[in-house]
Amino acid sequence: MGFGFENITASIHNWLYNTFNPSIALLIEFILVAICIITLFSLLGLVLIMMERKVSAWMQVRLGPNRVGPKGMFQTVADTLKLIIKEGMTPDGADKFLFNLAPFIVMIVAMVLMAPIMFAKGFQIWDINIGILFFASVSSVSVIGILMAGWASNNKYSLLGAMRSGAQIVSYELSAGLAILTVIVLTGSLRISDIIESQQNGWWIFKGHIPVIIAFIIFLIAVTAETNRAPFDMAEAESELTAGFHTEYSGMKFALFFLAEYVNIFIVCAVGATLFLGGWMPLHIGNWQGFNHVMDYIPSSIWFFGKTFFLIFVIMWFRWTFPRLRIDQLLNLEWKYLLPISMVNLLLATVIAIAGWHF
Amino acid sequence: MGFIRKYITDVFSAVKSLLKGMKLTGYYFTHHKEIITQQYPDNKDTLVLPERFRGEVVMIHDENNEHACTGCTACELACPNATIKIITKFDITPEGKKKKALDTFVYHLELCTMCNLCIEACPTSAIKMAQTFEHSVFDRSQLTKKLNNPGSKIREGIE
Amino acid sequence: MYRQTEIISDLSKTPPSEGLEGADMIINIGPQHPATHGVLHLVITLNGETIKKVEPHLGYIHRSIEKMCESLSYRQFIYATSRMDYLSSHINNHGCALCVEKGLQIEIPARAQVIRVLMDELTRIASHTLWWGAMAMDVGALTPFFLAFREREMINDIMEETCGARLTMNYMVPGGVMFDLHPNFQKKVKEFITHFKNKIDEYDELVTDNVIFRNRTENVGVISKEDAISYGMSGPSARASGVQCDIRKLYPYEIYNQLQFEEIIETGCDSFARYLVRMKEMRQSLSIVEQLIDNIPDGEFQAKTKAVLKLPKGEFYSRVETARGEFGVYIVSEGGTTPYRIKFRSPGFSNLSSLDHIARGSKIGDLVAIMGTLDFVIPDIDR
Repeated sequence: MGFGFENITASIHNWLYNTFNPSIALLIEFILVAICIITLFSLLGLVLIMMERKVSAWMQVRLGPNRVGPKGMFQTVADTLKLIIKEGMTPDGADKFLFNLAPFIVMIVAMVLMAPIMFAKGFQIWDINIGILFFASVSSVSVIGILMAGWASNNKYSLLGAMRSGAQIVSYELSAGLAILTVIVLTGSLRISDIIESQQNGWWIFKGHIPVIIAFIIFLIAVTAETNRAPFDMAEAESELTAGFHTEYSGMKFALFFLAEYVNIFIVCAVGATLFLGGWMPLHIGNWQGFNHVMDYIPSSIWFFGKTFFLIFVIMWFRWTFPRLRIDQLLNLEWKYLLPISMVNLLLATVIAIAGWHF
Repeated sequence: MGFIRKYITDVFSAVKSLLKGMKLTGYYFTHHKEIITQQYPDNKDTLVLPERFRGEVVMIHDENNEHACTGCTACELACPNATIKIITKFDITPEGKKKKALDTFVYHLELCTMCNLCIEACPTSAIKMAQTFEHSVFDRSQLTKKLNNPGSKIREGIE
Repeated sequence: MYRQTEIISDLSKTPPSEGLEGADMIINIGPQHPATHGVLHLVITLNGETIKKVEPHLGYIHRSIEKMCESLSYRQFIYATSRMDYLSSHINNHGCALCVEKGLQIEIPARAQVIRVLMDELTRIASHTLWWGAMAMDVGALTPFFLAFREREMINDIMEETCGARLTMNYMVPGGVMFDLHPNFQKKVKEFITHFKNKIDEYDELVTDNVIFRNRTENVGVISKEDAISYGMSGPSARASGVQCDIRKLYPYEIYNQLQFEEIIETGCDSFARYLVRMKEMRQSLSIVEQLIDNIPDGEFQAKTKAVLKLPKGEFYSRVETARGEFGVYIVSEGGTTPYRIKFRSPGFSNLSSLDHIARGSKIGDLVAIMGTLDFVIPDIDR
């Protein structure tokens, strides 16, 4: 079927373990995975930034980048080149070590988050049995990088941005976690492959009744906030804090923050797609055998990336439509609306799961 | 109970207002004919500026290389920024009389604010505004221009 | 440990500011800041995110236009006023032309009056659309900015065709206007009216009704009617606090007393009221343009004036309602060809003085929204 990623990874794995001794084979696998991840990172950076610019342009009755390469497709390559050439300044009053460390922490967190994501059928780096928990816990580490950047810059704008970001991510973890929990309750497993497997006969958003739909909406809002995207881009808030925590960063160090933001969007959307939209599972409708059969012919990787990019588009759509919230309203939204709703919602989902009312 | 109803209607009306905005941006996202961008250097050939557009002051010369400037300095006086400097000379007319005439019409584009007062002031309509707008040069001295063509002289019959 | 000592030594170098206590910190918004739309410098004292004091520092774009005007003749000085409030340059020029006409006691032809009012109202719409986009950008929505520019561009094209310039028109001259209307003017304005009527509803959909925007502006930046008067506020910002201050109604100039339009007054006193006043004013201006566009009388577009204008000895004052408020021109003449003294009363300066009062106790995000709704044009504040 299409791109048989399962077979490819399995055969490489077997070949490595048959040819070399296990430790060397493991090392080679590490290197292969690292190369894959770095390639994916740079590709995602290029594609997502281009996508954002085109989406924003079309929503703003503009054309968007169209100068570099055919239809402006190499614009981000040119931009990256510029950022690499630029001087990576460290301000005089900054805490040099932390200042230079912060972008890498944000970046490493984004890389580590790639581990449990299932990109296609059988194509996963690490099928850990606490996959979703791993995602939820590691993703909150990135706030340390942001706080570090804000503090080490020795700049008041940066500090304010970092503090905002800290308050924001800590609060929105809660409702993102509860939204994830809604699906976990129905699935009964934290392992990503199990969650996807449980959607064999229909995605959770379809068979989970209203609670899952509400959880999906809350998840979208919460992850938008967690990735510091507008309308929750308190940490940057360019009309208030010039650029927030990365005011003092330039050149490649700034690019790392920028890249990490986009990769984080990809990751949270991938997790959203996995939980609610069935990951790589094709769209199956009840007993329409013919339709289901046709859907099965579309490769699993395309299903996964299609769903993920759809969610990314929705998040971009938010950004280019809504004004920014104020910091206290942002926290109000979380503690007064999202959290109570998701708690009641979780209760409902639990009832549904226990009574077995879901399809 | 009233409190909960208010809470729920609040949430719904909020979501509705947000969806309304998203509908509009979604409309623009899918309707590319609404795009208003003009691709400037590419459309240079088809770019038409209105005839009243004020780009820079030029002097009108006809095919015989004759202009209508008498050197009366009305424009120089009308200019708020001392953009124009008129240098006059004395021509000898065929009758042997001395007559004041224009020697050099110096125009400082770098000082000009395109206010059109000089054109209004000119009694003989010798100067006009040109529809040019790409004025950038590498050397500032190129912005100081001599408006009357070399060898040009005043048209017959203009006093 | 190293880091702590470094900061303490830094602090000891700077003199302790007055009234600064505990966790307070001073932060500079501007002169280079995305929210100030120019070179306004605000020194704000913060406690956490809460503003304790706002101190505007001016002078970054001072060009001494008033002094400059003293050496220019009465025809020449009008062009310089376009550079003050560059978004309503027509109306500034209009005020100056009115003042000179007052001194010369010239009757302006009816056609010129109608053209002037038409241009003023188009300018007001252009200015308010740009304000709308910039205001939405201040609160974080970026799309409205481009939509606003689309409509503004249409007006700019109309201006370009008739006046010859897009921003600093210098179209009003003592005695009338510089040129007659372009033949395409009426057609293009009618096109614009039909276009804008649809688009202003889109504005409401995108921003006015948006719950996030409502939360950002409602009950934020409240200034009472009494305070608005005592700070000398004018224009839409004051009318949002219930002050009747529309010069077009109170001291009608040109043909404003013959026109059907309402003075928009809101009593919300907050940022959202200021927003609403401007949105409604756009509709009012549109209706004024609609009333006039088919009724432009024939005749001269400029009264006959002498080549050299000389104002009689004395003092002359005229005022007009710009997009931002009351714009006053005060000329002292010694009887010569140039004014002895010119003073401009610009609306932005008085409105800015109220910023400290309005912004105290609100958050940084609010400050940006307040500045957006007060609609500052920095060269207008700092002439």
